[in-house]
Amino acid sequence: MSTDTSNPYVAVQESPEFAGLRKALRGFVFPMTVVFFAWYALYVILSAYTRGFMSHKLIGHVNVALVFGLLQFLTTFLIAWQYERYSSRRLDPVAEQLRATVESGGTR
Amino acid sequence: MILAVASASTTRSITITLFVIFVIITLGITVWASRQTRNATDFYAGGRSFSGFQNGMAIGGDYMSAASFLGIAGIIALNGYDGFLYSIGFLVAWLVALLLVAELLRNSGKYTMADVLAFRMRQAPVRTAAAISTVTVSIFYLLAQMVGAGALVALLLGIKPGTTFLGMGANTAKIATIMMIGALMIVYVTVGGMKGTTYVQIVKAFMLMLGAILMTVLVLSTYKFNLSSLLGAAAAKSGKGDAFLNPGLVYGKEVAGNATQTFYNKIDLFSLGIALVLGTAGLPHILIRFYTVPTAKAARRSVLWAIGIIGGFYLMTLALGFGAAALVGGAAIRTQNPGGNTAAPQLAQALGQKYFGGDIGGAAFLAVIAAVAFATILAVVAGLTLASSSSMAHDFYANVVKKGQTSERQEVVVARFSALVIGAISIVLGILAKDLNVAFLVALAFAVAASGNLPAILYSLFWRRFTTTGAVAAIYGGLISAVLLVFFSPVVSGFSTSMFPKEDWHWWPLSNPGIVSIPVGFLCGWLGTLLSRRPADEAKFAELEVRALTGAGAH
Repeated sequence: MSTDTSNPYVAVQESPEFAGLRKALRGFVFPMTVVFFAWYALYVILSAYTRGFMSHKLIGHVNVALVFGLLQFLTTFLIAWQYERYSSRRLDPVAEQLRATVESGGTR
Repeated sequence: MILAVASASTTRSITITLFVIFVIITLGITVWASRQTRNATDFYAGGRSFSGFQNGMAIGGDYMSAASFLGIAGIIALNGYDGFLYSIGFLVAWLVALLLVAELLRNSGKYTMADVLAFRMRQAPVRTAAAISTVTVSIFYLLAQMVGAGALVALLLGIKPGTTFLGMGANTAKIATIMMIGALMIVYVTVGGMKGTTYVQIVKAFMLMLGAILMTVLVLSTYKFNLSSLLGAAAAKSGKGDAFLNPGLVYGKEVAGNATQTFYNKIDLFSLGIALVLGTAGLPHILIRFYTVPTAKAARRSVLWAIGIIGGFYLMTLALGFGAAALVGGAAIRTQNPGGNTAAPQLAQALGQKYFGGDIGGAAFLAVIAAVAFATILAVVAGLTLASSSSMAHDFYANVVKKGQTSERQEVVVARFSALVIGAISIVLGILAKDLNVAFLVALAFAVAASGNLPAILYSLFWRRFTTTGAVAAIYGGLISAVLLVFFSPVVSGFSTSMFPKEDWHWWPLSNPGIVSIPVGFLCGWLGTLLSRRPADEAKFAELEVRALTGAGAH
């Protein structure tokens, strides 16, 4: 298949609306991936190297390691929830509109 | 001996009865689903008719395997805090799937992982590589489940070395169980396809969550809903004291006077950690679940539900594991199963005795949880078999052998036949592997998925210049490096805990290959792309990207 401007996919891909959608998606998911991965890696590294700190007791038998682990659950839930909010507000409407554009462009 | 003879036979009959009921219900669903299965979309993708919630439950059912339920509870029960690392890694992993993969894959693919990988590439080489990788990951994963089932049955039927059940010794019972599980999964997949399999997984997820919630509430109420008292009791009964609640008993162990080994152990912990997080979004049986919903939005919803369900379950592994340590005790668990795989059922027995009236109550609750464990294994193996047979039929047969010149009807026939073959192969391998240490099989499946599949998927979706050579290099590079490093690692040879304890060909110090093989996968994909003679197909990438982001032209 050669590049031709009559291809509705190429036309949409080159449109500013699509560039905006791509930027909005990547602008959320890439930084967020870096953040949660770094946060998780920090947890693993602390578990490996700072045993004294992780073993520090906070309340009764509840130590830093356990709280840190539970925080990983909390952040996972929060990030998932934030992504749902972000995508239904910022991504879905644009995607829907562009989809209509492509499909009216007579593909398949 | 843990069970008295009378309660052992009670347990047996309740377990068998409940399991038979589960099998009858799920077979009924399967037969019903087969009537609804008219075309290839029904067989491969359940007609794309499931809701986000249904698919979220099914993802939970597909993902929470014997390794999650029995394995993690066992590791926590025996080694305390370190087992929690698995729970965290297995959950955080879902963010990769949610943010980077689920919706884009749903929009641009049709039936298999390779639909996306091969979208803008030459079909034959990429689909062949993807089919090989899919089958490899699934078979490792399958083996772990089947061997786990075999190990479980000896406990559940109360068969000890030297005793028999219906004239079977432990060995025969294990073989019989593996054959029965294999036969059932073949029936689910060949008859029910994705629709039947999905319902089986939903029912299983429901049972597993109910069982876990009940056990968690009973454990917590034993300690008046005070987490600290539970932890204290667990540490006291574990025989390891406070160290039980801290990281370091199994992973990243510090070996006094051996700085090199200590260093390797810590790197190994990190290697395991990243394989857990990056593996999930490369597991073919998980990826094809996203095709069972009608839209990308529903795919997102299903991952959100899955994160809620799976997260809730993994939080409960704390109560199950520490509860088993506190109420059953490390010594009693080790006596029954050195790997700790029976901690959760043993905890059920202890809780049943305490709350449901003595030995009979204990036996009954053990039986219920045992039946749940069998249902768990069965649903997961069905999902795995479906993923590999779909890939054999849709990727290898239809698009490589027949070069796309085949009817969908024919494809489904081949898929059903592949399910039979893959089922038969895993029965044979499961029987051969029945006495091996199986924990590494799941970890290996995750490492292979993270090294071989994830780089290719991410490059395909996000990197404009990615080429056929790059995709093939990424898959084989990651796959081969992961498998080779495991082969030459301490898990396979050289140590008393190895698969082959009497041989020694190991030269690689780490048990988990991820820290090397995942970067190798990414590096191979990048190098392969740079060295490609043909540039990427710009128009096809435009089509893939627009479809992935907008859902235009989605199947």
